[in-house]
Amino acid sequence: MKKTHQLTAVALTAASAVAGATAQADDLTLCWAAWDPANALIELSKDFEAASGHNMSFEFVPWPNFADRMLNELNSGGKLCDLMIGDSQWIGLGAEAGHYVQLNDFFDAEGISMDDFIPATVTGYSEWPKGTPNYWALPAFGDVVGWTYRKDWFERPELQAEFMDAHGRELAVPQSLEELKDIAEFFQGREIDGTTVYGAAIYTERGSEGITMGVTNALYNYGFEYGNPENAYELEGFVNSSEAAAGLEFYKALYDCCTPPGSSDWYMSENIDAYKSGQVALQMNFAFIWPGVHADANVGGERSGYFPNPAGPGGHFAQLGGQGISVVSYSDSQGAGLEYIKWFAQPEVQARWWELGGYSALRAVVEDPGFATSQPYAQTFLDSMAIVKDFWAEPAYASLLLAMQDHVHKYVVAGEGTAQEALDALVEDWVEVFEDEGKL
Amino acid sequence: MDRAAGATPPNLARRVRGLSDRAIAWIFVAPTIFLLLAINIFPLVWTIRLSFTNFRANRPNADVKWIGLRNYERILTDSDIWLTMQATAHFLIWTIFFQVLLGFALAWLINRKFRGNDLWTSIIVLPMMLSPAVVGNFWTFLYQPQIGLFNYAIAFLTGTDPTSFTMIGDVALAPWSIVIVDTWMWTPFVMLICLAGLRSIPDSIYEAAECDRASKWRQFWTITVPLVLPFLMLAVLFRGIENFKMFDLVVQLTGGGPGSTTELTSVNLKREAFEKWRTGYASAYAVILFVTVFGLASIYVKALNRVKER
Repeated sequence: MKKTHQLTAVALTAASAVAGATAQADDLTLCWAAWDPANALIELSKDFEAASGHNMSFEFVPWPNFADRMLNELNSGGKLCDLMIGDSQWIGLGAEAGHYVQLNDFFDAEGISMDDFIPATVTGYSEWPKGTPNYWALPAFGDVVGWTYRKDWFERPELQAEFMDAHGRELAVPQSLEELKDIAEFFQGREIDGTTVYGAAIYTERGSEGITMGVTNALYNYGFEYGNPENAYELEGFVNSSEAAAGLEFYKALYDCCTPPGSSDWYMSENIDAYKSGQVALQMNFAFIWPGVHADANVGGERSGYFPNPAGPGGHFAQLGGQGISVVSYSDSQGAGLEYIKWFAQPEVQARWWELGGYSALRAVVEDPGFATSQPYAQTFLDSMAIVKDFWAEPAYASLLLAMQDHVHKYVVAGEGTAQEALDALVEDWVEVFEDEGKL
Repeated sequence: MDRAAGATPPNLARRVRGLSDRAIAWIFVAPTIFLLLAINIFPLVWTIRLSFTNFRANRPNADVKWIGLRNYERILTDSDIWLTMQATAHFLIWTIFFQVLLGFALAWLINRKFRGNDLWTSIIVLPMMLSPAVVGNFWTFLYQPQIGLFNYAIAFLTGTDPTSFTMIGDVALAPWSIVIVDTWMWTPFVMLICLAGLRSIPDSIYEAAECDRASKWRQFWTITVPLVLPFLMLAVLFRGIENFKMFDLVVQLTGGGPGSTTELTSVNLKREAFEKWRTGYASAYAVILFVTVFGLASIYVKALNRVKER
């Protein structure tokens, strides 16, 4: 198996070298989600087209349908995508089902070192099995859940005074999840400039991955673990610990007390809309939205601030987002695809990527002394990337994810049962999935 | 004609002429039978076969194990599956009830000759011409607590705060939210079928009843209802089968939530088959649903035929 991989990689490297030498133009299709960073990537890729002579086209699918559409494409061995910026959780499936080309030998041949990238992104986006030096993607877009807040509202003297009276501390960036809830409660139903505003827009979406990507930010910080650190598939007592249940209760309390009416199925775009339209004081969302918030005419510039997911009683973590870029094994243009990855990994291209609004995962970019002050949200991005944790990336991640979506949504939004019952049921489902997978 | 016949090679003409009627019939129906086998029967047989395995379509290279009735046993003992069945039954029963009631009432009104009759018919049938996905999408806006017209209408009628309730986010209201939308969309369909039934009743029957001094109420119960009943039952059959398969509208409207409150069997099946990729399990699920619908529909069709024969 390993030999086959090596031979494939050697052949691909040779193919890429030949393609480069003969400058034969290929048509490359890059598949990703339809969101702001994708537009930045189109802009960035124009440089690649000019340098390589290849023609780039793009297939972008909105987030709620992204996994469905792209995994169907991969599972059917489709040739639509030559390059795939797939979600971090797909890496196990991509590797084990043979959808992605293993990149180790290519990286070695081209001098691309994973040590040059933020370690969390390498583990999250590139490695399978986790913790082993088997790379199936190049970290392409670092992302993490963080918070955006209405700095201009926080700075109002009358609100400052009222908050101080009520809580005995300044109305400022929360240091803990409890403080965050206090702030959200403070703003809930308040009249600001003649409009009723609400506390926080949080992830509650049920259909794809939304509520899981939200609730984990509370669960992790209350002590939830995916499994026994000694035995990854031992779930009982880790997934459904009393601390984890307290985290889930916190998220439900936040949903019940402090979210806008009708926000029972909200994910990234709904949260952005609520925030930009001035409905909420706080917004949970992935960092990718920050450039757009900063540039927004209504809430941008000095009116908004950014902070990492606050700590909880059990730790300080944030949900990892982001993706790596992989070469699809069914592609007829693997050589050109590898050329693109080689080009994309260059420090100057990564620096330009950050300038255009893409979150580079290259350490040379993010550890540059000027990086933290280059944008108002850059420091928050760095702080957040230092505390990331990710969901399962197992080949059966979809079954694991849907079970979590179902149980968490039932408890948080529908109010069925208790947090402990929800997590116990989750353990039951996850155990069944791992049994089916032959891992238990 | 003669020239065309003359142009046919004598051997072929003789061969064709030599075929029996039965053989010619087979030649004509063979393409249809082939298509039927390829498109309907083969997938059905293949699905039944897969339902006894642990096959996953997203792992074509993995070992496929024969697991007997394990998938069926898991489905039939899974309380979540029974909850989706309950949600489907709630949706099915109430949508059919309201659509029959309103559809028949509308048909009865439209059947009365009045000015603008055709215009009103056209306006009423508009919702069923829309795409269910579009309908689901725009009703999410109508149900929006802060800006939704539906909430404002309810608030106007009841004096409550429009933001005090959320149709698609509340466990108690969400099942009704999908019933309302489906009723809004498909009542015109039932109306059209009932209208066809009403218009098929000869005036002479009513005239005879008038001569016998039957009251309007009696005419309605002894003439209109029995004669329209087969049409109504047909409408119920169509709507029942359609709503058992309901997918797009619900996915767009509630996504199956909150929790699993509106997760109908078809939505659940799609998640098992194409999101979790448990193909064997989903095949067993599909077979169970097929047998259920086929069985119920067969019983219903027999009842329908009996009503027609009366």
